[in-house]
Amino acid sequence: MNERKARGEIVKVSGPLVVARGLGDTRMYEMVRVGEMGLYGEVIEIRGDRFSIQVYEETGGIGPGQPVSPTGAPLTVDLGPGLIASIFDGVQRPLDRLKAEYGDFVVRGADAPSIDRGRKWHFTPRRKRGDRVAAGDILGVIPETPVIEHRVMVPPGWEGTIASIAEGDYAVEEPVAVIGTAGGERPLTLLVKWPVRTPRPVARRLAPVEPLVTGQRVLDTLFPIVKGGTACVPGPFGSGKTVVQHQLAKWADADLIVYVGCGERGNEMTEVLIEFPELADPRSGRPLIERTVLVANTSNMPVAAREASVFTGITMAEYYRDMGYSVALMADSTSRWAEAMREMSGRLEEMPGEEGFPAYLASRLASFYERAGRSVCLGSDGREGSLSVIGAVSPPGGDLSEPVVQATLRVVKVFWGLDDKLAGQRHFPAINWLSSYSLYGDAVDRTCGEKVNRYWAKNRQEAMAILKREAELEELVRLVGMDALSAQDRLLLEAAKMIREDFLHQNAYDPVDTYTSLPKQFRILRLILGFYHWAYGAIAAGAELDEILRLPVRDEISRAKGVPEEEVEALDRLAERARAAVEGLKPSGERS
Amino acid sequence: MRKEYLTVENIVGPLMLVEDVRGVAYAEIAEILMPDGSVRHGQVLEVHEDKALVQVFEGTSGLTPGAARVKFLGKGLQIGLSPDIVGRMFDGFGRTIDGGPPVIPERYADVNGVPINPEARDYPTEFIQTGISTIDVLNTLVRGQKLPIFSAAGLPHPRLAAQIARQARVLKTGEQFAVVFAAMGITFEESDFFMREFEKTGALERAVLFINLANDPPIERIAVPKLALTAAEYLAYELGMHILVILTDMTNYCEALREISAARKEVPSRRGYPGYLYTDLSMIYERAGRIKGRGGSITQMPILSMPEDDKTHPIPDLTGYITEGQILLSRPLFNEGIYPPVDVLPSLSRLKDRGTGEGKTREDHAGVMNQLYAAYARGRSAKEIAVVLGESALSETDRLYVQFSGRFEREFIAQGEGENREIAAALDLGWRLLGMLPKGELKRIKEAYIEKYYPGA
Ligand SMILES: Nc1ncnc2c1ncn2[C@@H]1O[C@H](COP(=O)(O)OP(=O)(O)OP(=O)(O)O)[C@@H](O)[C@H]1O
Ligand SMILES: [Mg+2]
Repeated sequence: MNERKARGEIVKVSGPLVVARGLGDTRMYEMVRVGEMGLYGEVIEIRGDRFSIQVYEETGGIGPGQPVSPTGAPLTVDLGPGLIASIFDGVQRPLDRLKAEYGDFVVRGADAPSIDRGRKWHFTPRRKRGDRVAAGDILGVIPETPVIEHRVMVPPGWEGTIASIAEGDYAVEEPVAVIGTAGGERPLTLLVKWPVRTPRPVARRLAPVEPLVTGQRVLDTLFPIVKGGTACVPGPFGSGKTVVQHQLAKWADADLIVYVGCGERGNEMTEVLIEFPELADPRSGRPLIERTVLVANTSNMPVAAREASVFTGITMAEYYRDMGYSVALMADSTSRWAEAMREMSGRLEEMPGEEGFPAYLASRLASFYERAGRSVCLGSDGREGSLSVIGAVSPPGGDLSEPVVQATLRVVKVFWGLDDKLAGQRHFPAINWLSSYSLYGDAVDRTCGEKVNRYWAKNRQEAMAILKREAELEELVRLVGMDALSAQDRLLLEAAKMIREDFLHQNAYDPVDTYTSLPKQFRILRLILGFYHWAYGAIAAGAELDEILRLPVRDEISRAKGVPEEEVEALDRLAERARAAVEGLKPSGERS
Repeated sequence: MRKEYLTVENIVGPLMLVEDVRGVAYAEIAEILMPDGSVRHGQVLEVHEDKALVQVFEGTSGLTPGAARVKFLGKGLQIGLSPDIVGRMFDGFGRTIDGGPPVIPERYADVNGVPINPEARDYPTEFIQTGISTIDVLNTLVRGQKLPIFSAAGLPHPRLAAQIARQARVLKTGEQFAVVFAAMGITFEESDFFMREFEKTGALERAVLFINLANDPPIERIAVPKLALTAAEYLAYELGMHILVILTDMTNYCEALREISAARKEVPSRRGYPGYLYTDLSMIYERAGRIKGRGGSITQMPILSMPEDDKTHPIPDLTGYITEGQILLSRPLFNEGIYPPVDVLPSLSRLKDRGTGEGKTREDHAGVMNQLYAAYARGRSAKEIAVVLGESALSETDRLYVQFSGRFEREFIAQGEGENREIAAALDLGWRLLGMLPKGELKRIKEAYIEKYYPGA
């Protein structure tokens, strides 16, 4: 495709930044090949005849005088069947195939097609010859994995009549159909390319309302996210960001997960690669890997490719959203992405903003999160798709006032603030219930009020109120000691403790505790609040608080989260027992 | 014959600018011939048209524009490798300094290393017994992990690191084990301490040492961990050895990096450290690990001293963001005479769950770990309350926890410098202490294990 003759020459190399001249009409964000080794890079600034290029590989040995040639195209990703269950680096090089061809290390210049060109896919048409079709229409389907049907769509911008289409087994570069368009007949292959920095179009945006169920009690019940929503998870090191992201990737009820490991640990990606083929999706019973696309640009891989990795990930996510799926993307960590931008910006000698970050940090972050949403997809069937985005943020020293957290908070709707102190007490997930929030609470209350229980919202509000009151009372206790509290207040502290320990605390590594359905979440919380109400009544009737607290049934309540999903009704019976036990402590004559 | 340049123009801090150069590439190594005949080394940090910015490892003192001759060698920084490096000592530039014969390399390797493909990594799961209970029981180390020690000025991290290097072993036998030791800017005394320790136990014969002392050129420190890890990778992935890499003190390394950044007038991020400190450190720490199908492993134990004992300082902070946990040392415990003064509560090994349990350590390990941790945390906070409101404000049970935490510090955390506690003995010790608490308090341990292990059960 490279018809142009422009051949530039390097004038400067500074780490991942290369400056070249003589690149003629090469455009902004165009991909170029750099140096004698032909390393891939992307033009990120043009000043007259000086082209600044971020290079996706290590630049040792590259110097002035070496050649640079344009490719004529921006950074694109391959879209088509075969993405699922694969692991890519930040510029979509397939790490599994690189390993097969180049060995255990990602060596410089290693390259392989992102999607296997040889593999055949069985295509079943959904439209026939002579049909008029437009962008987004589904021409046919392919069973990409046992859980994801790959829908072959008319690409954006195309319109016309199907000239030919046939069932059969195709490699991704073979045409499955020919469309007669105004500009002539165009063959349509399974493989399409899309520039990563350009959002894929939708017909219409909708307000997201349906909860994205994560099975994590503190998230679903207190700070829910919705399908098509955005959330951030900031926290200092070791506070549990990655575990939250992994839990979401495992249990969120999205159709497809795109997990972007952006500038983080190699072992964490290995963990996903080992676990996901083993773990079963609670809905389909199939291995989680069959609905997962992985992007791994670990911290020691080139920073320019790290900058690209979130765009690579979100473009693949949009592609499946366009098919009408609910897709969720996790990016761990967006701070490392922002730092990659900062590093390039510094080398470009741009005017720095706060803490050296470029002045456009906030707008870049916003435009990334803006690619999330619930929408009507292109295509005449009016199908809906959604893309939820959850970004981890790693603030220096856990300081939430730093620029990346602040810029993120301006755009996302859910804030799951991880707390060093809670993590230190091994209270996981260490999500601070006083500072975290979700702006989707009302929408979720409505849906869960209908689908789970009409007291859903009331439960949540009461739990939050108890937790807030606990914080106030604790302040008081610090000053004057426990003895100054009334029996009611002491009971409230116990109730708060039960909410924290028996409901919010959730062990990601316990086979049962790792996931809790909404009905079970509702029942556990109702049980705890019920206990609180009954005890409150009993105290008012003259019962001793200490006796109530010594009841053996409390032990059972603390084990409620361990009750298997199939036996959740047991929780209703437990509630009855708890009620009877508490009321049994009322002085005689007061019993109801 | 490579061209020699006499065109050193500017000298700023550890950097010099060489003009009128041709064919120079980024990251290339340069040789600088001083007028007195001595030779220094540099590395190209940036090359712009005919100007090369070079960082001088040995420092620029005594260098004058025009007087030195600079030769670019056409390759990056390399180290010569052969099995004979084991038992040898090198300086910060990879030259032998133990008076022995030069090492005849089988091959040269670029010291920057190449990232391991995540697809090729094998997850670390194999328990390493260090004989130190606060690590083995509470913050278990596994093969291929990177677990730093966060220390501070005056705390006994050298003694702890030496003890670990001496005692560390895997419960399987017959495997080849070696220590790669990288000293960056530490004092002669400290380095000498390590030497004597290694010598005493015969570890020196199976160690590779890279030494840059406090009075050695600071910029040389930048190369030291890279040299050490390149040697470690060779031993681990080519010769199949299990390597423990000790890097001390990473704070000195980071300061050298800051010095260069300042000389380049880069926009700093926090506290004057360059914005790429995270990336730079991860290029070191991520070189720990295991690779599927290869015998060896690299376990890293970087040591750093926290400036002002502050965990949020960029060096410990960014380290914590990359490593798989951290062992924190505590000044108050040290002042109470407790060795090793491991601050148990904020310490964490993130890979502990993979390396513990039946078949690896013992079935009750996870329960004992969680219970000891919870009991100690409760005892400590009860003690704090007692300080404010008096002993009488505590309940009966809380008083028990206070007693527990005192004994826990004196008997479990504390141990002799020569004391190598087997994991089973350490767990038993844990049970003896838990025996101070009524059975009903042991909520984190499975009933069956309480029946089996509770003292007197
Ligand atoms: N839900 C949970 N259940 C049990 N343990 C947890 C949970 N969340 C976190 N942890 C513990 O906390 C440790 C650190 O969590 P995690 O790796 O997610 O931190 P992080 O915030 O991603 O840190 P970093 O910024 O350094 O990557 C885990 O290794 C695990 O031991
Ligand atoms: Mg993490």
